[in-house]
Amino acid sequence: MSSTASVSTKYELRCRECHRSWGNQPRSICDDCFSPLEVFYDYDEARGTFTRDRIADRPPNMWRYAELLPLPEKFSPVLPVGFTPLLPALNLGKRLGATNLWIKNDAVCLPTLSFKDRVVAVALAQARNFGFDTVACSSTGNLANSVAAQAARSGFKAWLFVPADLEPAKILGTQIYGAKLVRIAGSYDQVNRLCSQIADEQHWGFVNVNLRPYYAEGSKTVGFEIAEQLGWRLPDNVVVPMAGGSLITKIKKAFDELIQMGLVAPKAVKFFGAQATGCSPISTAVKAGSVEVEPQKPTTLARSLAIGNPADGHYAIKAITQSGGWAEDVSDPEMIEAIQLLAETDGIFTETAGGVTTGCARKLYQQGRIAPDETTVLCITGNGLKTTDVLAGKYEVEDPIRPKVADFEAVLQRSLELQEKDISETVEA
Amino acid sequence: MNITVQIPTPLRRHTAGTGQIECSAVNVEELFSTLDERFPGLKPHLRDDAGQIRRFLNVYVNEEDIRFLGGNTYTFQDGDEVLLVPSIAGGAS
Repeated sequence: MSSTASVSTKYELRCRECHRSWGNQPRSICDDCFSPLEVFYDYDEARGTFTRDRIADRPPNMWRYAELLPLPEKFSPVLPVGFTPLLPALNLGKRLGATNLWIKNDAVCLPTLSFKDRVVAVALAQARNFGFDTVACSSTGNLANSVAAQAARSGFKAWLFVPADLEPAKILGTQIYGAKLVRIAGSYDQVNRLCSQIADEQHWGFVNVNLRPYYAEGSKTVGFEIAEQLGWRLPDNVVVPMAGGSLITKIKKAFDELIQMGLVAPKAVKFFGAQATGCSPISTAVKAGSVEVEPQKPTTLARSLAIGNPADGHYAIKAITQSGGWAEDVSDPEMIEAIQLLAETDGIFTETAGGVTTGCARKLYQQGRIAPDETTVLCITGNGLKTTDVLAGKYEVEDPIRPKVADFEAVLQRSLELQEKDISETVEA
Repeated sequence: MNITVQIPTPLRRHTAGTGQIECSAVNVEELFSTLDERFPGLKPHLRDDAGQIRRFLNVYVNEEDIRFLGGNTYTFQDGDEVLLVPSIAGGAS
């Protein structure tokens, strides 16, 4: 396809702690101090073409921000990933007591209906550049789906490593693309550790191990899009689900870069992180005023967020506390109720992670940490069709009726009676 | 008491290529002291300027994160297999 990207800026990997330069190579760790590597750009070079007008002329996908993505020279996108809707959440807002609430809806990101499509798109561009013929990842589900799909389209072999207890839809949604799925009898943290060891031995492009610095930059496009879709201004608050903790730090990096490039007016955005109580190492640390994460053994149904030892936890905590934000967590029943709430109010069916985000947002409004009229964006990162198992038993399926108007009228009558009963009970109460 | 320790690939240039060592350390602190002594070139990679074990280095014992076993207070058992695995982060500065 011709979604023109290839407006390359010079970039390189540098250690975030000791600042040693590592050029460009498949590597995520500084050999000197074990700290993570980060992509640094030549912002002066990018300034020439990274302008509001130029961006507006480009196709509506994440490649419109190519200058601030680590893309190989002459890169040509194979998929129109990203540029998902930013929707005013008027009905949910009424229920939460908010008057300026927005949903960034990556439940409809292409090609696999989660924000992971963004990071994988960048990682596979670099996998090709570095000459890998096989790509791989450790995953709680969405990432495996996206690597499998995009690998199929780009002609890579794919090996995906997941915890054995994943939702059936996420297992099937990986296998369908012809990828090799390896189920591990263990938690995601164990899968992740194993993949670090395997990446040491195999000459593969592990998107979230040796390609991780490049991969993680793809998350910035969520932040770029939010700003552009708000009319090139930053929100007051963002509420972001946290698993490994990378997304929230990358949205912050995106906002900081837009300020630096002069595309938005400077503004102190507050970052709010959302976790499930059954796996809440980051929110626990924030609430305790700690800058370090204590690992946990996950016990939540929100499997896409079930990372007990979040690699970017330390940086997520810093992003949250330094911004004046906060982190919250919700129980599994609260999460499921919030999935239903978002669907019933604004017609968006999100997966468990989105329930966590919505449920935490409700708490943050109740606590007064977010004021009703502040511009607040909830990042909905995945699609509810992948985690329908958590809704088992929540809805009755009524017996079928005969194809007769009389049968339907009986159903309608019963429904009206139930409605009246509900109203009279509400009035009495 | 004997334990084995797996050295990750990026660090093997400081251990003359050795990928596995055996030692008789009783706890993490003693293990790292042993590594400091045997491989002086490793020390600045394992510890920060203040001598603390680096934040992004994870220690596993028989595939369990040592922090679930009591961390620094865990006493190695005979035959324990210790893994040193760098944490793969990569967020924003």
